[in-house]
Amino acid sequence: MSIISLQGIHKYYGDYHALRGIDAEIEQGEFFSLLGPSGCGKTTLLRVIAGFESVSSGSVMIAGQNMARVPANKRPTNMVFQSYAIFPHLSVAENVGFGLRKSKLGVQETGLAIAEALEMVGLGGYGTRAAHALSGGQRQRVALARALILKPKVLLLDEPLSALDKKMREQMQGELRRLQRQVGITFILVTHDQEEALIMSDRIAVMFDGEIAQMDAPQTLYRRPKTRRVGEFIGVMNFLRAQQGTTSARKTTFEIEGLGRAEVDEDQLPQGARALSDVVGLRPEAMTLLFDDPPAKGHMAEGVIEDLAYYGDMTYYEVRLDGTSAPITISMKNLTTRPVLERGTRTRVGWDPSSLVVFAG
Amino acid sequence: MRGGWLRIYAITYLVFLYLPVVLLPIFAFNQGTIIAFPLQGFTTQWFGTLAEIPALHGALKNSVFIAVVTAALSTILGICAARASTRYRFPAKGPIMGAIMLPLVLPEIIVAVALLVVLLQLGFSLNSWTVIMGHTLICTPFAIAILSSSFQGLDQSLEEAAIDLGETRWGAFSKITLPLVLPGLIASFLIAFTISLDEFIIAFFLTGAEPTLPVYIWGQLRFPTKIPAVMALGTLMLIASLVILSVAEFFRRRGVRRTGGKDSGGFL
Repeated sequence: MSIISLQGIHKYYGDYHALRGIDAEIEQGEFFSLLGPSGCGKTTLLRVIAGFESVSSGSVMIAGQNMARVPANKRPTNMVFQSYAIFPHLSVAENVGFGLRKSKLGVQETGLAIAEALEMVGLGGYGTRAAHALSGGQRQRVALARALILKPKVLLLDEPLSALDKKMREQMQGELRRLQRQVGITFILVTHDQEEALIMSDRIAVMFDGEIAQMDAPQTLYRRPKTRRVGEFIGVMNFLRAQQGTTSARKTTFEIEGLGRAEVDEDQLPQGARALSDVVGLRPEAMTLLFDDPPAKGHMAEGVIEDLAYYGDMTYYEVRLDGTSAPITISMKNLTTRPVLERGTRTRVGWDPSSLVVFAG
Repeated sequence: MRGGWLRIYAITYLVFLYLPVVLLPIFAFNQGTIIAFPLQGFTTQWFGTLAEIPALHGALKNSVFIAVVTAALSTILGICAARASTRYRFPAKGPIMGAIMLPLVLPEIIVAVALLVVLLQLGFSLNSWTVIMGHTLICTPFAIAILSSSFQGLDQSLEEAAIDLGETRWGAFSKITLPLVLPGLIASFLIAFTISLDEFIIAFFLTGAEPTLPVYIWGQLRFPTKIPAVMALGTLMLIASLVILSVAEFFRRRGVRRTGGKDSGGFL
């Protein structure tokens, strides 16, 4: 059974239509992400679930209960705010125990619960510290402990890692994931960072302009983005103009600029699409520079290396295929036996039709 | 010497600003009744005479009452305005805030005369409450300026976080926001108190049969023999003002530190 059920949610701010009919089922114990550019409505949706924003129409059900008349302070959700919102005049322990003040726990039990919660986020023994003296990463942990101590049905995280530096962020991504598995609570993460969403989530809802564009597991989302916009937003995607040719029972042929004719399997086509887009997508890692290898079986094209970026473990080549005007990006793993090619080199490009991404039109 | 002229200018400026104020305590301890050099010996008798003037005590009581009520009123109004201006967006916010802050720069005599005319037209009789009205009008902008720096440093998510953790709206405000802005509240109260205590023009126009302290002092200036006592009284008020303002600034700075903000305002 789904722990959260969102049905037909619309939200207007005056004339501005912030949420345009959101439908989603979020499963118990799932790590669910709302991913999208700023202004897409993801934070508004999170605040609707938390009860900080009302809906113009539609319903929010949490654990089978309609939340329409339940105020934020009575909902079985807790939130980690983007700024962490640590109460600066209280100690770490007072912050973590803040939500327990209304409970019927005794002083000893409360102390125990606080110590346990701090232990869980790796801040054991920090209880007596002043909250305003903590570092960014520590504040975030306190915010987590403060929310999790109440054992909510759902934990809401509003861009919790955006204020941290890169190293810290990567470390916290791992820790958050581990913590979620450990406590088994449903996490809903709002983020604009597609990499973060891919790393952490069981399922991702990609949002644009107040709508969910696609909702899928990370791998599906990356390999089979339904629209061009989703493909563009997640990872790097090359777009090539393509003309749809004949369609047989199981295969559809495309005439792709620079790559030539290719047959695409039926299950590669976007489900339920009425028409197909006139471009197809190809990920940088779905193509290979053939160097001096003998001609490979399968599909091949030729082009010139116009530019390249060396990343240490990878090199990203900008290759302009013969008969096209704009270069495409091809990524190659750097092996010790493999040279890094120079600008202006002519090269052969191997690719496979099974990795072609066909979008809905 | 680098910046020599600037230094001389700065010193001259400060002397001009504070010399008259320094003269006040000097003559308060002078034996002669005439305010002129040379001094005629040290005495504390003028301070002693202060204790024996019942009219003065009445004026002092009156002034303190007016100042306390004014400080309370303008701080409460200040909380509302500062919270509204730092948290919410509403139409014509700029002009509205500007209109509220305007008494800060409006000539007091105009405010005083205007209030007098209006109050008399409305049939109010002049008493301490009419003075309180006028003083609240000019003290509220100061309260807003101080409280805005308290509210501005406050993370807006704090109240929401408290609500998220089970508090009601009022609980979140009283348990989180209020303690965090308390230093600003105290600072605002003390500064409004000080301004009201020694304000003259509005009090002069709007006071009834019972004068405030500054109005009483002004009345005494007509009697040359009473001037040394006025000097003594002035000295006491000067000290009281300095102490209160220092305490107020201490609380304001502590408030800014407590909310983890950067100090970007204040009057001292």
